[in-house]
Amino acid sequence: MVRWTDKERSTIRALWEQINIDEIGPEALRRVLIVYPWTERYFGTFGDIFTVTAILQNSKVAAHGKVVLKAVGQAVENMDNIKDTYATLSRLHYEKLHVDPDNFRLLADCITIAVACKLRSALDPQAQAVWQKFLSAVVDAMSSQYY
Amino acid sequence: MLSKTEKELIVEIWERLTPVAEYIGSDALLRMFASYPGTRTLDINPGSAHLLSHGKKIVLAIAEGAKDISQLTVTLAPLQTLHAYKLRIDPTNFKLLSHCMLVTLACYLGDEFTPVAHAAMDKYLSAVAAVLAEKYR
Repeated sequence: MVRWTDKERSTIRALWEQINIDEIGPEALRRVLIVYPWTERYFGTFGDIFTVTAILQNSKVAAHGKVVLKAVGQAVENMDNIKDTYATLSRLHYEKLHVDPDNFRLLADCITIAVACKLRSALDPQAQAVWQKFLSAVVDAMSSQYY
Repeated sequence: MLSKTEKELIVEIWERLTPVAEYIGSDALLRMFASYPGTRTLDINPGSAHLLSHGKKIVLAIAEGAKDISQLTVTLAPLQTLHAYKLRIDPTNFKLLSHCMLVTLACYLGDEFTPVAHAAMDKYLSAVAAVLAEKYR
Protein backbone atom coordinates (compact mmCIF):
# COMPACT_ATOMS: atom_id res chain seq x y z
CA MET A 1 0.00 0.00 0.00
CA VAL A 2 1.17 3.49 -0.78
CA ARG A 3 1.66 5.76 2.22
CA TRP A 4 0.60 9.39 2.00
CA THR A 5 1.51 12.28 4.24
CA ASP A 6 -1.16 14.85 5.13
CA LYS A 7 0.65 17.36 2.92
CA GLU A 8 0.56 14.95 -0.04
CA ARG A 9 -3.15 14.32 0.47
CA SER A 10 -3.94 18.04 0.56
CA THR A 11 -1.73 18.67 -2.50
CA ILE A 12 -3.57 16.02 -4.53
CA ARG A 13 -6.95 17.34 -3.40
CA ALA A 14 -5.98 20.94 -4.26
CA LEU A 15 -4.72 19.95 -7.72
CA TRP A 16 -7.76 17.79 -8.41
CA GLU A 17 -10.12 20.67 -7.58
CA GLN A 18 -8.50 22.69 -10.37
CA ILE A 19 -8.72 19.90 -12.96
CA ASN A 20 -11.61 19.93 -15.41
CA ILE A 21 -12.22 16.26 -16.34
CA ASP A 22 -13.97 17.19 -19.60
CA GLU A 23 -10.97 19.22 -20.70
CA ILE A 24 -7.93 17.28 -19.39
CA GLY A 25 -9.31 13.80 -20.20
CA PRO A 26 -9.70 14.27 -23.98
CA GLU A 27 -6.49 16.33 -24.14
CA ALA A 28 -4.41 13.64 -22.40
CA LEU A 29 -5.66 10.78 -24.57
CA ARG A 30 -5.17 12.86 -27.73
CA ARG A 31 -1.59 13.52 -26.69
CA VAL A 32 -0.93 9.80 -26.14
CA LEU A 33 -2.14 9.04 -29.66
CA ILE A 34 -0.20 11.92 -31.24
CA VAL A 35 3.07 11.59 -29.28
CA TYR A 36 3.12 7.75 -29.23
CA PRO A 37 1.34 6.78 -32.48
CA TRP A 38 1.79 3.03 -31.91
CA THR A 39 -0.90 3.28 -29.21
CA GLU A 40 -3.43 3.64 -32.06
CA ARG A 41 -3.48 -0.18 -32.20
CA TYR A 42 -5.76 -0.31 -29.15
CA PHE A 43 -8.42 1.92 -30.63
CA GLY A 44 -9.40 0.02 -33.77
CA THR A 45 -13.10 0.64 -33.16
CA PHE A 46 -12.67 4.41 -32.85
CA GLY A 47 -12.78 5.12 -36.59
CA ASP A 48 -10.34 7.59 -38.15
CA ILE A 49 -7.44 8.33 -35.79
CA PHE A 50 -4.74 8.33 -38.44
CA THR A 51 -3.87 12.03 -38.58
CA VAL A 52 -3.46 14.75 -35.95
CA THR A 53 -6.59 16.51 -37.20
CA ALA A 54 -8.60 13.28 -37.11
CA ILE A 55 -7.44 12.54 -33.55
CA LEU A 56 -8.30 16.06 -32.39
CA GLN A 57 -11.81 15.81 -33.89
CA ASN A 58 -12.60 12.19 -32.96
CA SER A 59 -15.52 12.13 -30.52
CA LYS A 60 -14.76 8.59 -29.29
CA VAL A 61 -11.24 9.64 -28.31
CA ALA A 62 -12.71 12.59 -26.39
CA ALA A 63 -15.29 10.38 -24.70
CA HIS A 64 -12.77 7.73 -23.65
CA GLY A 65 -10.47 10.48 -22.34
CA LYS A 66 -13.28 11.61 -20.04
CA VAL A 67 -13.83 8.03 -18.85
CA VAL A 68 -10.11 7.75 -18.02
CA LEU A 69 -10.07 10.98 -16.01
CA LYS A 70 -13.24 9.98 -14.14
CA ALA A 71 -11.40 6.81 -13.11
CA VAL A 72 -8.48 8.95 -11.91
CA GLY A 73 -11.07 10.84 -9.85
CA GLN A 74 -12.09 7.55 -8.19
CA ALA A 75 -8.45 7.07 -7.21
CA VAL A 76 -8.44 10.57 -5.68
CA GLU A 77 -11.49 9.55 -3.62
CA ASN A 78 -9.88 6.25 -2.56
CA MET A 79 -6.23 7.11 -2.10
CA ASP A 80 -5.70 4.39 0.50
CA ASN A 81 -7.23 1.67 -1.59
CA ILE A 82 -6.41 2.38 -5.23
CA LYS A 83 -5.58 -1.27 -6.05
CA ASP A 84 -9.01 -2.60 -5.03
CA THR A 85 -10.72 0.39 -6.65
CA TYR A 86 -9.03 -0.49 -9.94
CA ALA A 87 -9.23 -4.31 -9.78
CA THR A 88 -12.06 -4.59 -12.30
CA LEU A 89 -10.56 -2.01 -14.66
CA SER A 90 -7.17 -3.69 -14.50
CA ARG A 91 -8.70 -7.09 -15.29
CA LEU A 92 -10.66 -5.59 -18.21
CA HIS A 93 -7.48 -4.11 -19.73
CA TYR A 94 -5.56 -7.34 -19.19
CA GLU A 95 -8.06 -10.05 -20.13
CA LYS A 96 -10.29 -8.38 -22.67
CA LEU A 97 -8.50 -5.38 -24.14
CA HIS A 98 -4.94 -6.84 -23.99
CA VAL A 99 -3.35 -3.46 -23.34
CA ASP A 100 0.39 -3.58 -22.63
CA PRO A 101 0.70 -1.97 -19.17
CA ASP A 102 3.67 0.18 -20.31
CA ASN A 103 1.05 2.30 -22.03
CA PHE A 104 -0.49 3.29 -18.69
CA ARG A 105 2.76 5.08 -17.86
CA LEU A 106 2.74 6.87 -21.23
CA LEU A 107 -0.82 7.98 -20.55
CA ALA A 108 0.15 9.12 -17.04
CA ASP A 109 2.95 11.27 -18.51
CA CYS A 110 0.50 12.81 -20.98
CA ILE A 111 -1.99 13.51 -18.18
CA THR A 112 0.78 15.34 -16.28
CA ILE A 113 1.69 17.42 -19.33
CA ALA A 114 -1.96 18.22 -20.13
CA VAL A 115 -2.41 19.31 -16.49
CA ALA A 116 0.80 21.40 -16.68
CA CYS A 117 -0.48 23.24 -19.79
CA LYS A 118 -3.62 24.25 -17.87
CA LEU A 119 -2.42 24.81 -14.29
CA ARG A 120 0.95 26.25 -15.26
CA SER A 121 2.66 27.79 -12.20
CA ALA A 122 0.28 25.93 -9.84
CA LEU A 123 2.05 22.72 -10.85
CA ASP A 124 5.37 23.71 -9.26
CA PRO A 125 8.19 21.15 -8.83
CA GLN A 126 6.91 19.97 -5.42
CA ALA A 127 3.31 19.63 -6.64
CA GLN A 128 4.53 17.74 -9.72
CA ALA A 129 6.47 15.30 -7.53
CA VAL A 130 3.39 14.51 -5.43
CA TRP A 131 1.15 14.33 -8.49
CA GLN A 132 3.51 11.87 -10.18
CA LYS A 133 3.72 9.76 -7.02
CA PHE A 134 -0.07 9.60 -7.13
CA LEU A 135 -0.15 8.69 -10.84
CA SER A 136 2.50 6.00 -10.25
CA ALA A 137 0.15 4.45 -7.70
CA VAL A 138 -2.64 4.62 -10.29
CA VAL A 139 -0.43 2.99 -12.95
CA ASP A 140 0.60 0.23 -10.50
CA ALA A 141 -3.03 -0.41 -9.64
CA MET A 142 -3.97 -0.59 -13.33
CA SER A 143 -1.20 -3.17 -13.79
CA SER A 144 -2.01 -5.16 -10.64
CA GLN A 145 -4.22 -7.82 -12.24
CA TYR A 146 -1.70 -8.65 -14.96
CA TYR A 147 0.26 -11.87 -14.56
CA MET B 1 12.24 10.91 -37.63
CA LEU B 2 11.40 14.58 -37.47
CA SER B 3 9.59 16.21 -40.36
CA LYS B 4 10.69 19.58 -41.76
CA THR B 5 7.76 21.29 -40.03
CA GLU B 6 8.65 19.63 -36.72
CA LYS B 7 12.28 20.73 -37.02
CA GLU B 8 11.21 24.32 -37.69
CA LEU B 9 8.84 24.21 -34.72
CA ILE B 10 11.62 22.95 -32.43
CA VAL B 11 14.04 25.69 -33.55
CA GLU B 12 11.34 28.31 -33.07
CA ILE B 13 10.53 27.16 -29.53
CA TRP B 14 14.18 27.02 -28.40
CA GLU B 15 14.98 30.39 -29.95
CA ARG B 16 12.13 31.83 -27.96
CA LEU B 17 13.37 30.19 -24.75
CA THR B 18 17.04 31.15 -25.11
CA PRO B 19 16.58 34.54 -23.36
CA VAL B 20 15.07 32.71 -20.34
CA ALA B 21 17.47 29.75 -20.54
CA GLU B 22 18.51 30.05 -16.90
CA TYR B 23 14.93 29.85 -15.65
CA ILE B 24 13.84 27.02 -17.98
CA GLY B 25 16.89 24.87 -17.30
CA SER B 26 16.91 25.32 -13.54
CA ASP B 27 13.14 24.72 -13.35
CA ALA B 28 13.54 21.40 -15.23
CA LEU B 29 16.39 20.38 -12.91
CA LEU B 30 14.37 21.29 -9.80
CA ARG B 31 11.47 19.21 -11.10
CA MET B 32 13.78 16.26 -11.67
CA PHE B 33 15.29 16.52 -8.17
CA ALA B 34 11.81 16.76 -6.59
CA SER B 35 10.20 13.94 -8.56
CA TYR B 36 13.15 11.56 -8.79
CA PRO B 37 15.11 11.89 -5.53
CA GLY B 38 17.72 9.41 -6.83
CA THR B 39 18.97 12.13 -9.18
CA ARG B 40 19.99 14.30 -6.19
CA THR B 41 23.38 12.57 -6.14
CA LEU B 42 24.27 15.12 -8.82
CA ASP B 43 26.31 17.74 -7.04
CA ILE B 44 23.88 20.62 -7.59
CA ASN B 45 21.96 22.21 -4.71
CA PRO B 46 18.51 23.74 -5.13
CA GLY B 47 18.72 27.53 -4.96
CA SER B 48 22.44 27.62 -5.74
CA ALA B 49 24.17 29.64 -8.44
CA HIS B 50 25.41 26.31 -9.79
CA LEU B 51 21.81 25.22 -10.41
CA LEU B 52 21.10 28.35 -12.44
CA SER B 53 24.32 28.17 -14.44
CA HIS B 54 23.94 24.45 -15.17
CA GLY B 55 20.30 24.95 -16.14
CA LYS B 56 21.34 27.65 -18.57
CA LYS B 57 24.08 25.46 -20.07
CA ILE B 58 21.59 22.65 -20.65
CA VAL B 59 19.09 24.87 -22.44
CA LEU B 60 21.75 26.56 -24.58
CA ALA B 61 23.13 23.15 -25.63
CA ILE B 62 19.64 21.88 -26.49
CA ALA B 63 18.93 25.08 -28.45
CA GLU B 64 22.23 24.86 -30.30
CA GLY B 65 21.63 21.20 -31.20
CA ALA B 66 18.18 22.06 -32.55
CA LYS B 67 19.66 24.31 -35.24
CA ASP B 68 20.87 21.29 -37.22
CA ILE B 69 19.52 18.03 -35.87
CA SER B 70 21.33 15.96 -38.51
CA GLN B 71 24.61 17.10 -36.87
CA LEU B 72 23.54 16.34 -33.29
CA THR B 73 26.37 13.86 -32.64
CA VAL B 74 28.88 16.51 -33.73
CA THR B 75 27.32 19.39 -31.81
CA LEU B 76 27.00 17.38 -28.62
CA ALA B 77 30.32 15.48 -28.92
CA PRO B 78 32.09 17.43 -26.14
CA LEU B 79 29.12 16.88 -23.82
CA GLN B 80 29.00 13.15 -24.64
CA THR B 81 32.58 12.72 -23.44
CA LEU B 82 32.13 14.99 -20.43
CA HIS B 83 29.03 13.19 -19.12
CA ALA B 84 30.22 9.65 -19.87
CA TYR B 85 33.89 9.76 -18.86
CA LYS B 86 34.30 12.65 -16.50
CA LEU B 87 31.00 13.20 -14.71
CA ARG B 88 29.81 9.58 -15.06
CA ILE B 89 26.17 10.64 -15.00
CA ASP B 90 23.76 7.70 -14.97
CA PRO B 91 22.33 7.85 -18.52
CA THR B 92 18.82 7.15 -17.16
CA ASN B 93 18.91 10.70 -15.81
CA PHE B 94 18.79 12.10 -19.35
CA LYS B 95 15.36 10.50 -19.84
CA LEU B 96 14.09 11.74 -16.49
CA LEU B 97 15.31 15.24 -17.29
CA SER B 98 13.66 15.07 -20.74
CA HIS B 99 10.31 14.34 -19.12
CA CYS B 100 10.77 17.19 -16.62
CA MET B 101 11.82 19.53 -19.42
CA LEU B 102 8.51 18.73 -21.19
CA VAL B 103 6.60 19.60 -18.01
CA THR B 104 8.59 22.86 -17.70
CA LEU B 105 7.73 23.75 -21.30
CA ALA B 106 4.06 22.90 -20.71
CA CYS B 107 3.92 25.15 -17.64
CA TYR B 108 5.79 27.96 -19.39
CA LEU B 109 4.04 27.86 -22.77
CA GLY B 110 0.58 26.77 -21.56
CA ASP B 111 -1.85 26.05 -24.40
CA GLU B 112 0.84 27.01 -26.92
CA PHE B 113 2.55 23.73 -26.03
CA THR B 114 0.18 21.92 -28.38
CA PRO B 115 0.06 18.13 -28.88
CA VAL B 116 2.04 18.63 -32.12
CA ALA B 117 4.74 20.67 -30.34
CA HIS B 118 4.76 18.09 -27.52
CA ALA B 119 5.29 15.22 -30.00
CA ALA B 120 8.08 17.05 -31.85
CA MET B 121 9.83 18.01 -28.61
CA ASP B 122 9.51 14.49 -27.17
CA LYS B 123 11.20 13.09 -30.27
CA TYR B 124 13.94 15.71 -30.26
CA LEU B 125 14.72 15.33 -26.53
CA SER B 126 14.81 11.52 -26.94
CA ALA B 127 17.38 12.03 -29.69
CA VAL B 128 19.46 14.31 -27.45
CA ALA B 129 19.26 11.77 -24.60
CA ALA B 130 20.29 8.94 -26.96
CA VAL B 131 23.26 10.90 -28.30
CA LEU B 132 24.43 11.78 -24.77
CA ALA B 133 24.19 8.11 -23.75
CA GLU B 134 26.11 6.85 -26.80
CA LYS B 135 29.67 7.08 -25.50
CA TYR B 136 29.21 5.15 -22.27
CA ARG B 137 30.40 1.78 -23.63
